[in-house]
Amino acid sequence: MKNIVIIARRELAAYFATPLAYVFIVTFLAGAGAVTFFMGDFFGRRQADLQAFFSFHPWLFLVLIPAVGMRLWAEERKSGTIELLMTLPVTTTEAVAGKFVAAWLFTGIALVLTFPIWISVNYLGDPDNGVIVASYVGSFLMAGALLALASCLSALTRNQVIAFVIAAAASFLFLMSGLDLVLGLVRSWAPSYVIDMISSLSFLTHFLTIADGVLPLPAIVFFLSMIAVCLFINAQIVELKKAS
Amino acid sequence: MADLIEVESLSKRFGAIVAVDDVSFSVARGVVMGFLGPNGAGKSTTMRVITGYLPPTSGTARVLGKDIQRSPVEVKRSIGFLPEGAPLYGDMTVMAFLEFIARIRDVHGVRRQQRIQYSIERMGLEQVLYQRIETLSKGFKRRVGFAQAILHDPDVLILDEPTDGLDPNQKHHVRELIRELGKNKAIIISTHILEEVDAVCDRAVIIDRGRVVMNGTPSELHAKSRRYNSVVVRVKADVAPKAAKLLRGLPHVTAVESSAPVNGSVPLVVVPRDGRFIADEVGIAVRQNGIEVDEMHTQVVHLDEVFRQLTVGQEKPLR
Repeated sequence: MKNIVIIARRELAAYFATPLAYVFIVTFLAGAGAVTFFMGDFFGRRQADLQAFFSFHPWLFLVLIPAVGMRLWAEERKSGTIELLMTLPVTTTEAVAGKFVAAWLFTGIALVLTFPIWISVNYLGDPDNGVIVASYVGSFLMAGALLALASCLSALTRNQVIAFVIAAAASFLFLMSGLDLVLGLVRSWAPSYVIDMISSLSFLTHFLTIADGVLPLPAIVFFLSMIAVCLFINAQIVELKKAS
Repeated sequence: MADLIEVESLSKRFGAIVAVDDVSFSVARGVVMGFLGPNGAGKSTTMRVITGYLPPTSGTARVLGKDIQRSPVEVKRSIGFLPEGAPLYGDMTVMAFLEFIARIRDVHGVRRQQRIQYSIERMGLEQVLYQRIETLSKGFKRRVGFAQAILHDPDVLILDEPTDGLDPNQKHHVRELIRELGKNKAIIISTHILEEVDAVCDRAVIIDRGRVVMNGTPSELHAKSRRYNSVVVRVKADVAPKAAKLLRGLPHVTAVESSAPVNGSVPLVVVPRDGRFIADEVGIAVRQNGIEVDEMHTQVVHLDEVFRQLTVGQEKPLR
C-alpha cells in the first residue's frame, strides 16, 4: 500500500512536470463548457440542472482519457525506466496500481475544477444537488474505467501515439457497445446471450443510469470491476512485455 | 566467506534465441567481479535476471541466500542496480528523484537525509540538484544513476557499464568509488573496457554468445595470452637476422617475431614457452654475444588481445 502511494505521488508529479497536465485541464474545462452551452443548450432548456453538462462527458473522455493514459506504460518502456522501476522492491501489481491511481486522481482534479458550473446552476435556480453529486461520481467512475483500459493498452507498445489511438478505439467500442452501431455487427450471427453480454458492457448505459440521479449498485460494481479486470490484464502485459 | 551472489546454471531464451546458456558463477563479499564479453554476449540479460527484472528460463540465482524467483522483492531490496544506459525519470529533478528512490527503498528519517547527502557528495551532484534530469549531460545522468544505486547502501551492487559515457577524470573517480565500495560489498560490473578489469576487478568472468569462456583473476587472464611475458628487443636492422637466430635458439623460447624496421631498428618479440619469465635469459644472451641493443622491455599484454583470443573465431570479422 505504501509503495502504491509513493509511486502514485511520483506519477502525479510527472503529469504536472510537463505541459500535458495544463493542456489537458484547459482543454477539458473549455470543452466541457463549450458543449454544455452550445451543443447542450444550457440556457435554452431553462432548467436548473447539469444534464447538458454531464451528457457530453463520455464524448470528452473518449478523446481526453486516452491522452492521459497513453504515457503510463508506453513512456516507461520507451525510456527504459521500466527496468529501473521493476528492479525496485515493488511488485508489478503495486506499480500498475500506483500509476493508475495517479492518472485517476489527475482526472479527478480536472473534474473538480468544473465546480464553477455547479455554482452557476445553483445561483440561477434550484437544482437537485443529489443528482449532480451522483453524476459527478458516475463521471469519475467512468473516467476510471476508461483510464484502466488506456493504461492496459499503453503497456502493449512503446509508442505513445499508437497507445493513444488504440485506447481511443477501444474506448469507443466500450462506450457504444449498448447501441445498435456496435450490436448490429454481431446481432445477425451471435446468440442472444452474447448480445446481452456485449450490451451489458456498455459504459454509456451504465453512466446514464448513474446520471439519472440514483447511484445504482450494479453500475458502480460494473465500473469498479472493469477497473480491476483491466489492471489485472495490465499487470500481465507488463510482465510479458518486459522481455522484448 | 559466504557468497552474496550465486548464479546456478542460469539460462535465458527469447523464443529461439539463447541469450544466456548455462552460466554459473558466484561473488563473495569484498569482491568486485568484472563481467566481460562482446556486445550481445548476454551480459545485460544475465544482470537483468539477477536483479529480478527478467525471469530465467532455467537455473536460478540467489542473492544473500534468497532465491530470485521465490523472494523477488527481498532480493531487489538488497541490490543496487544501474541498468544499461542509466535510464532515469527525465521529468524529475535530481533531488526529487533521489527522494523518490529513498522512499520506495524504505530509507527513512534521519538516515534518508544522510544517505541522500552521501550519494550527492560521492557523485558530485551538488550543482545539479534542482535541475531536471533530462537537461543534464550524459556524464551527469550516469552519475545520478550511480547515486540511485548506492543510495540504500546495498550489500550487492550490479552495475551495467558504469563508466560508459564518462570523461577520463570521471571514469577514474567512479573506479575509485567501486574499489572502495567493493571492500565490503559484492559488486558485478559489466564493461568492454578491459583496462577497467585491471583497474578495479578482483575476478573476471568472460562470456561469449551466452556461455562462460573464462572465469579467473585478472592475472590469470593475462597469462592466457600467448605473448604473456614476452620480451621485446629492439636491435639495428643489419644485426636483426643474427639476433633473431640466436634468441630462437634459447631453451625457453618458442618463437621470435620480427616486424618492419622503424628508424633503422627492428623490434623482435621473443615469445616464451608456457609464459615463463625469460627477460634474464634474453638479457644474458644478447650481452654475451655482443649484440648492440637499442631497447629492451617485457611486453605488456593487453587484455584486448586475450579477450579477442577467447571470443573471436566464432564470429566473422568486420570488413
